[in-house]
Amino acid sequence: MTIMDMVALVPLMLLALTATGVVLLMAFCRCHRTTVLVTLIGMGLSIVALALLPFVCVNRQVTPVLMIDTYAVLYMGILFVTSFVIAAMSYTYFEKQEGRKEEFYALLLMATLGAGVVAASCHFVSFFMGLETLSVSLYAMVAYTRKRQDSIEAAFKYLMVAAASAAFLLFGMALVYAESGSMEFTQIAKLRLDMPQGNLLVLLAGCGLMVVGIGFKLALVPFHLWTPDVYEGAPAPVTAYVATVSKGAMFALLMRYFAQVDMHQYPSLIFLFTLIAVVSMFFGNLLALLQNNIKRILAYSSIGNLGYVMVAFLASGKIAATAAAVFLASYFITTLGAMGIITALSGKDRDADSFEDYRGLFWKSPWLAAIFTAMLLSLAGIPLTAGFIGKFLLLEAGEESSVWISIAALVISSSIGLFYYLRIVLTMCDMSDKESAPAKPVSLTENLVLSCLFIALLFVGIFPAPLIHVAETLVASIL
Amino acid sequence: MMLIAVVLIPMIAGLLAWAAGKHSPNAPRWISLAAMVIDLTILLTMWNGRVAFEALAGGGPWLMEVNLPWMPGLGIGFHLAMDGISLLMLILSAFLGILSVGCSWTEIKEKVGFFHFNLMWVLSGIMGVFLAMDLFLFYCFWELMLVPMYFLIVIWGHENRIYAAIKFFIFTQFSGLLMLLAILALYFIHGHATGVYSFDYAVLLGTPLTSTAAKWIMLGFFIAFAVKLPAVPVHNWLPDAHTEAPTAGSVILAGLLLKTGAYGLIRFVVPLFPQAAMDFAPVAMFLAVLGIIYGAVLSFAQTDLKRLVAYSSISHMGFVLLGIFAWNTLGLQGAVMQMICHGLGTGALFMLVGAIQERIHTRNIEIMGGFWTAAPRMGAVAMFFAMASLGLPGLGNFIGEFLVLLGSYRASVMWTAIASLGLVLGSIYSLWIIQKAFFGPKDNEAHVSDLAKRELAMFAALMVALVWLGMYPAPVLRTADPAVTTVQQVVEKQLQGGTKVTMGNFTDLGQEEIASSKTPRNDNIYSFPSFTWVRTCTQSFTLKGDKFSTSASEPDPVLRLGRSLALPGGGDKS
Repeated sequence: MTIMDMVALVPLMLLALTATGVVLLMAFCRCHRTTVLVTLIGMGLSIVALALLPFVCVNRQVTPVLMIDTYAVLYMGILFVTSFVIAAMSYTYFEKQEGRKEEFYALLLMATLGAGVVAASCHFVSFFMGLETLSVSLYAMVAYTRKRQDSIEAAFKYLMVAAASAAFLLFGMALVYAESGSMEFTQIAKLRLDMPQGNLLVLLAGCGLMVVGIGFKLALVPFHLWTPDVYEGAPAPVTAYVATVSKGAMFALLMRYFAQVDMHQYPSLIFLFTLIAVVSMFFGNLLALLQNNIKRILAYSSIGNLGYVMVAFLASGKIAATAAAVFLASYFITTLGAMGIITALSGKDRDADSFEDYRGLFWKSPWLAAIFTAMLLSLAGIPLTAGFIGKFLLLEAGEESSVWISIAALVISSSIGLFYYLRIVLTMCDMSDKESAPAKPVSLTENLVLSCLFIALLFVGIFPAPLIHVAETLVASIL
Repeated sequence: MMLIAVVLIPMIAGLLAWAAGKHSPNAPRWISLAAMVIDLTILLTMWNGRVAFEALAGGGPWLMEVNLPWMPGLGIGFHLAMDGISLLMLILSAFLGILSVGCSWTEIKEKVGFFHFNLMWVLSGIMGVFLAMDLFLFYCFWELMLVPMYFLIVIWGHENRIYAAIKFFIFTQFSGLLMLLAILALYFIHGHATGVYSFDYAVLLGTPLTSTAAKWIMLGFFIAFAVKLPAVPVHNWLPDAHTEAPTAGSVILAGLLLKTGAYGLIRFVVPLFPQAAMDFAPVAMFLAVLGIIYGAVLSFAQTDLKRLVAYSSISHMGFVLLGIFAWNTLGLQGAVMQMICHGLGTGALFMLVGAIQERIHTRNIEIMGGFWTAAPRMGAVAMFFAMASLGLPGLGNFIGEFLVLLGSYRASVMWTAIASLGLVLGSIYSLWIIQKAFFGPKDNEAHVSDLAKRELAMFAALMVALVWLGMYPAPVLRTADPAVTTVQQVVEKQLQGGTKVTMGNFTDLGQEEIASSKTPRNDNIYSFPSFTWVRTCTQSFTLKGDKFSTSASEPDPVLRLGRSLALPGGGDKS
């Protein structure tokens, strides 16, 4: 460990320090506001350190397990900023709740630390450690509003499924290790394929089992069954976290792993991933049509959206890696915005997840409704929103590599998706009930966060060039 | 910069209107009206002030152009440009914009601010579509006009609005995505072939394509435009959307949104994929004729007055499609003329239906009757627009349809013959409206008050415009002519040479063409006022870019008739 190694780890260490700090702070004074402030400052510092990192040390392998390259910096940046926004969103949400609130932020920080490690890992060990840090924190976060029954139910489901998927993942890693003799991605990538048939089978089985484990985390069909229940049961900010940070970290890893292993030598894997992607897009979008709960709709929509991003994964190459990063960034902005609206409208006893909560919102609080509409249109991929840029780049990447099947699936399924996004918009436009109670007042922080997300959405939608440029430069390190 | 202003003014006005709607219901109306009047004034100044003809003298293909970098890394620019066709379409947009604000003055009573926000944004999107010369930008505007229109239908529409709005949205969005795929495919093929990755129209013109690629990419564009047009198998959304939209929505849908499809065909489909479009032309013409007949027949079968007008739109737009794929000067000029006149005429009919509905709260034609006695002015107005719709000579629609038929005759005699039946059917349904609603026994108890001054003024403006277009179409034809000639030249050049047409020789072509045909053109028709455009003229003229005809010297009767009409673009080539 040299000084430079330490420098490269500063962003992660800052998060760990803040987590410790928050826990210690609770021992002395339990004050929600202070805790949030400390959390935000810690995360903010970590983000600043991250932003400065590429100027100080570039593409540094820190110990055999972590690779702090520009790619890691990019994804860590996306994940940390997302966590920052979620921390800010949580403040008003938990302010309405009873019971202790401060532990949540410690969990949030640790989960983010885990996500950061996953995004930077180049070794099975760090991958698994990071993943478990993330998951274990998430179990508690999902169950955080423990007076609500569905919250507990969701946490248990998540625990069971995540534990099972971790087992799959570990067994897969073991098989791959048995054949390759290494747990480093680069070593595994060097593996020649001219091994005996039996050994190759073991290796492929290992990869397959890992795909199962990863598929669970990314909630791709057929490993998606936990998603709607967890989305519905978890407190809204945690739902946002599950939808963004936990999936983003996993995708970053998937992309890195397969960028080093030349996937085109394994047609069976390509076939498998294409199948998963296509089925996810259709399942997610079709099942979303049948839902009557906004959180469940967003859950199925996220299944579809992760299917979309698999197009970039399949396409592989520079354009594809850029497209994936930009798509995820814009998808995060959008999801945070949508979840932020749900958070803002949620009350003490339940989250605002039924259609009734949104009926006539356009006339009660036009600003919130306008933001929510913009977010939904972004999910639907309408121009001038970030979502369109993301989808556009995915299509571009897909066409570049001629993965026509996935592209066709993307186009058709995102047209299907329009139905349910428009349904929510329609409900907001409903003029039928004028007598119902006026909308709940929205706090200043929430308004601020939502407005920032709205501006970010439009900015990325109208001037995407800076974001694309940054992503393009930073992803270069894994190619 | 004026071009940016034209698109931006409605956007800003929309935001202002939304904000002002909280304070007074009248403020958004005045703001929108002012914005549209300003836009129209700017555009008319451009037209009248001969921006056009000065630029022509300079020889560039565009009358006005703005090209700013937007996402240079991806080859995307903020490229707006205007030629004669765009200018005409923009003027139509601003004019119908004023009318749509006018016709919702009393109809829209709830959420006035948000209504005008959507109205202004849809107009802005439409104007953007007519100006965008970067395919990415074009797609953005294409989608931008969709969302506000969806809101217009869904919030202020009639009984079945939700179904109609979603259907409209899904149809256009899905076909739009196909177009996006086609755009990307074109982008990559061009990039791989030349090393220049760009979405710019001028750059992409003349991309070397294999015939299979060209066919598929062309289809991607064609489907998107055919849905908007609408051509028959994909027309399904139109009757619902038109019927359920509020009056202003219907006016904009019929008057402008449909035109974006036709505009796209002229601007993109044929020039970008000449050979594929030529091969596809028989199918397109068949679809056009199918639309003409099918729309007219179904129109007659409707009991809902608004639906009747909606189906008549399908029929009229069939002529536009026919004219475009005939791909000769007459056909194209006819298509442009028909676009304008259909926009005005059908817009007027929708406003009329809106006025009736505001009075008797139904659109069911079965329970109407005898309005003429109660509302003679309304009757006269209706009679006028019904006549326009059936193509009475002397009104604009006649010129459009006649030119289209003249043009398409040279491409296909059979389809032209069948298409002319559409005119006969047109008279049936047009007269049917008058017969059922205004004559006959008065079996509706409700009192029908006559048109108010505001309504009269709007209808009067439309009538003047249609009569003017019918009597003296030369200014319009003359404005469209250089643009029509230029696109034809581009296509011809590509078909002949098979080489890439760069913007440079694109320009040269325009100049050469203008220089060669300037004198006869001016002498022939443009200097002659009104009726004399239908004069006997012994000069023979050949139709340029006429790829579909077998032989230009064939002495058929219609050609002789064509010769006797000294029509623009023909020039004197003999």
